[in-house]
Amino acid sequence: MVKKTYAEINARIKAGEAVVVTAEEVTPMVRERGLEETAATVDVVTTGTFGPMCSSGAFFNLGHSKPRMKMSHVYMNNVEAYTGIAAVDAYLGATQIPDTDAANKTFPGEFNYGGGHVIEELVAGKEVVLEATAHGTDCYPRRKLDKVVRLEDLPQAFLFNPRNAYQNYNVGVNLSDRTLYTYMGILKPNLGNANYSSAGQLSPLFNDPYYRTIGMGTRIFLGGGEGYVTWHGTQHAPGAPRAHNGTPIMPAGTLAVIGDLKGMSSKWLRGVSFLGYGVSMMVGIGIPIPILDEEMLKYTSVSDEELFAPVMDYSESYPQGLGEVLGQVSYAQLKSGEISVNGKLVTAAPLSSYFKARQIAEILKDKIKKGAFLLTEPVFTLQSFMNNDA
Amino acid sequence: MLKQKFVLYFPAAVTEEPFTYYLIKDYNLMVNIIRADINPRKEGRAVVELSGEKEDFQEGLEFLQSRGVKVFPLEQEIVWVEERCTQCGACTAICPSGALVMERPQMTVKFLNDRCVACEYCIKACPSRAMEVRF
Ligand code: SF4
Ligand code: SF4
Repeated sequence: MVKKTYAEINARIKAGEAVVVTAEEVTPMVRERGLEETAATVDVVTTGTFGPMCSSGAFFNLGHSKPRMKMSHVYMNNVEAYTGIAAVDAYLGATQIPDTDAANKTFPGEFNYGGGHVIEELVAGKEVVLEATAHGTDCYPRRKLDKVVRLEDLPQAFLFNPRNAYQNYNVGVNLSDRTLYTYMGILKPNLGNANYSSAGQLSPLFNDPYYRTIGMGTRIFLGGGEGYVTWHGTQHAPGAPRAHNGTPIMPAGTLAVIGDLKGMSSKWLRGVSFLGYGVSMMVGIGIPIPILDEEMLKYTSVSDEELFAPVMDYSESYPQGLGEVLGQVSYAQLKSGEISVNGKLVTAAPLSSYFKARQIAEILKDKIKKGAFLLTEPVFTLQSFMNNDA
Repeated sequence: MLKQKFVLYFPAAVTEEPFTYYLIKDYNLMVNIIRADINPRKEGRAVVELSGEKEDFQEGLEFLQSRGVKVFPLEQEIVWVEERCTQCGACTAICPSGALVMERPQMTVKFLNDRCVACEYCIKACPSRAMEVRF
């Protein structure tokens, strides 16, 4: 039986001796050498995902002006940020669009710009127009502010995403006879295509299905910088049905994550537009999984053939909340570019980038190997029915 | 025999002239209209594939230009801005001509310019706005 502690793994990382592989590389290793031998060798398995994650955004402290101001409406490049907090604090959400955007008045709307794009431009070092208005008070007399800001000018800016890194997600299809414009992309009529959005075998929560090593304080790769898991994310559903290997076959766990925006890069935070739906932000996340024992290794060695996603009809079942699933398909089938739904062969396309997910897992691997990224033991792990039962 | 795709821009004044007819009858060109958006008395554009003998080809194009039609080779039209592309693959289910394809198992997206028919579906379907129409 192999047993390792976080401290032992970190000591090996500091000494430059840690054996780190990606969640893609570990699968053939386990197949060839078996669980015990591989668990004795491998210390850390890195994961990665890069996809549209709507529940994302950033908190800003915009700095006090003279005279001071309690901002009640804040716009950054015409996109409104929430100000129901302290005087010059605001939260800019990734899916917010300018008030002037025609949205879906001419259908399908283009949604060329929004909160996600503002965040991308800020981390790229670009200037952003800040407009603020206020009612004015004795302590905060100023009523209007117009200026140009850069990320470096802002006293604090941190990404705080309430729901990221979904553990599994729906495959969207369209059974109706008209084109659908959804957050799952364009779905052509009569099963014209199938869109999915997960890195499968590289995806963080698929590699630790019961969240044995992920929880509050887990240090992660976030948007090109460093971040932390702060909580289970919104809609976290650990009770979702699972396969024999423990991985959920429906959307299940989610993460709330935080990190300093100033260390991030526009390569890993990208504003995106979904025709007829709205804007979002693609977020890059990578989580290192410590190989504490054979069980953790077994979880990380899962491959696309053993991971299944539910196929959902976005013309009826999803919008009406009926929950009817048309079937399960493996990520290996999805990645082949063709799946079978209701007996028909359907072209499958991803919305998340597997190529970038792999890059993230590689970057994280290199950082850990160089001793530039240490693992943290969570203060407590995410809510999991396996933990609760135990 | 020459064969090439062009984007034609018609000023409002000439959109009602039967250019296709002239190209076929007077210049012996084969005209394959890939896409056209031409409305009476408004500016219009069309993507066409012309094929014919070298001289006819040249003269046919000169004729169009002499009538105020702007002619651009199609290559200038749809561009893939690689830096903006996240290699997601969303476009691969949308592109009708196989010009945007996923290479497996690398899972990288490739733009095959010569297969592009300039339908422009990808322009708004690409979430990262990595596909552009350039003039
Ligand atoms: S949809 Fe856009 S970003 Fe995604 S692969 Fe195609 S061109 Fe690249
Ligand atoms: S313009 Fe049409 S044919 Fe050309 S790449 Fe885009 S979708 Fe494909």
